[in-house]
Amino acid sequence: MSHISIHPEKASDKDAAIGVCPFGAIERDATGALFVGGGCRMCRMCVRRMPEVFEFVEDAEAAPAVDKNEWRGIAVVAEISPDGALHPVALELLGKARELAAARGEPVLALAIGGRTEAAVQEMLERGADEVHVYEDPELSEFRIEPYAAALSDFIREKKPSAVLVGGTPTGRSLAPRVAARFRAGLTADCTTLGMSPSGDLDQIRPAYGGNIMAHINTPRHRPQFATVRYKVFPIPPRERPHGAVVRHKPPRDGLASAISILESRPKPAVKGIEDAEAIVVCGRGLRRPEDLPMLRELADALGARLAGTRAVVEAGWLPASCQIGLSGRTVKPKLIVTCGVSGAIQFVSGMNGSGTIVAVNTDKDAPIFSVAHIGIVGDIYEVVPALVAAVKAKKEAAK
Amino acid sequence: MKTLVCIKQVPGTAQVEIDPQTGTLKRAGVPAKMNPFDLYAIEAALRIRAAAGPDSTVTVLSMGPPQCEKVVREAFAMGADSGAILTDRAFGGADVLMTSFTLSQGVGKLGPFDLIVCGKQTTDGDTAQVGPELAEWLGIPHVACVKAVDAVGADSISVTADLPDREVSQRVPYPCLITVEKGIAEPRLPSYKLFKSTAARKVEYIGLADLADSDPKHYGLNGSPTQVKRIFPPPSGAGRTMLEGDAAAQAAALADILEERNFLR
Repeated sequence: MSHISIHPEKASDKDAAIGVCPFGAIERDATGALFVGGGCRMCRMCVRRMPEVFEFVEDAEAAPAVDKNEWRGIAVVAEISPDGALHPVALELLGKARELAAARGEPVLALAIGGRTEAAVQEMLERGADEVHVYEDPELSEFRIEPYAAALSDFIREKKPSAVLVGGTPTGRSLAPRVAARFRAGLTADCTTLGMSPSGDLDQIRPAYGGNIMAHINTPRHRPQFATVRYKVFPIPPRERPHGAVVRHKPPRDGLASAISILESRPKPAVKGIEDAEAIVVCGRGLRRPEDLPMLRELADALGARLAGTRAVVEAGWLPASCQIGLSGRTVKPKLIVTCGVSGAIQFVSGMNGSGTIVAVNTDKDAPIFSVAHIGIVGDIYEVVPALVAAVKAKKEAAK
Repeated sequence: MKTLVCIKQVPGTAQVEIDPQTGTLKRAGVPAKMNPFDLYAIEAALRIRAAAGPDSTVTVLSMGPPQCEKVVREAFAMGADSGAILTDRAFGGADVLMTSFTLSQGVGKLGPFDLIVCGKQTTDGDTAQVGPELAEWLGIPHVACVKAVDAVGADSISVTADLPDREVSQRVPYPCLITVEKGIAEPRLPSYKLFKSTAARKVEYIGLADLADSDPKHYGLNGSPTQVKRIFPPPSGAGRTMLEGDAAAQAAALADILEERNFLR
């Protein structure tokens, strides 16, 4: 069994040894001896920091790896609404899939599941899919887990793709884990960087443990490799002349039956979300009172921007949850984002660091936000923001 | 009706940080709390219990070190009837697949249940994927992102899922699993009275040997298809422009740049 082995005789300072673990997983038993407890997440930080005490022991009789050569192609699962509209995250994933597939000379396989797929199929052909596989049936109109999982599983059994990329939408985050578990496969959520190693293992990078840590994750022994990616993390590739083939599938062998009955599906009034904004002003905890929000609204108005907030601000009830940027909120990619009094925890940053121009205003010059900002102002938002509003208004006035 | 709620203990503050210069940890062992999303799951389950009538129960299950007994006791103080912890050295290093498998084994030991309720996601993993994987291991249907429980029937539950472009009301027969959104129901505060009256209640500890599948190779790191190759601090941005001077000078310089880049049209 792979495990962390401890050499207690080398641990001169047991408290220091316990302290190397970010998760408090190194514990003392009744005799005072150190052991690695169930809190271990195998980050191997201990091995890196105290190599003389902690050793990673690889399992010699690990389960044999699958034959990776049997699994080829990068698959992208499209999300298609009952009226036939394609969620654009699929196009972003097609662009990335092209890159990953090119590294190994593998095909890009798009998968369209839905009640009406025609427009989506055409769109994906124009964005570089080599093959579009179609499961179309009235039973697939509304998302229900069993028939969708059956269709995706059927496709995987038949095509054996090396990797399956799914948009990190509510539906994608329901479907991908369900099918990943069915194939006993690895799944990495909300990847922010995807690369292809020579062995065909996806190099998956994502923010981890809710803190300011990035994790590089591989799936060395299993196929397919599942990854989800949030909307607006990757760019949409340019349109091109379609070259791909359309493959229509019969209903999956597991059938399209579902125990779930749809009672009613109500379209929501189309409120423009912060995801669609071209410019965003962000309120962080540098704002002292909710009464001061109009100051930031004024800046947003002057810039033609939407006002959004960090998790702390939304949890305090100052702004609605639909305005929250970050891993537990929305991912945004505006052309301009101005963060005001935002410290820049990775939880937040990973929801906005694809933005075009990032401006940060914060009193703390060491705040992590400045490491992602393109333009930084160390200063008090209560002074800088009103001055900026005045300067912007003056320029707009002069341009008239 | 028997309902199970899966809960998790997460770091109390959001941050476990690495110093980008030294590569060492800035802080370790931050105080832990119940995953905020799980409070909504417990509240939803307690309301479902009330709607389902007498003989209905709510059980909570957590996987983690023995310290997570604290969040089980918090669930008792909110009104949960019983609770258990899955804890074993063999469970360490579990990824999504192994976490959900271990939970499914725990469900097998405690169950069967009519309904399993999970919070939408945790604040330390943020993956929102353990619930659907657990449903797959158990072979039961699931509905994610539930924003409202509309009706609790004898054989089925009716819920509304909140999707970005629409809301979908649906009926799901038992046994099934739902993951719930914040806002499904305001969580009640833990009651001090309940906390005291349940202080002696036993929390069941479930280890590897108690599970139907007790092969350590099927758990934790060994069973996990994904492997963390390395962890590192987020890349820091070089080449940024810092605007100097007083607030007026900084604002004027920024306005110039914004105009130059065509943001002031």
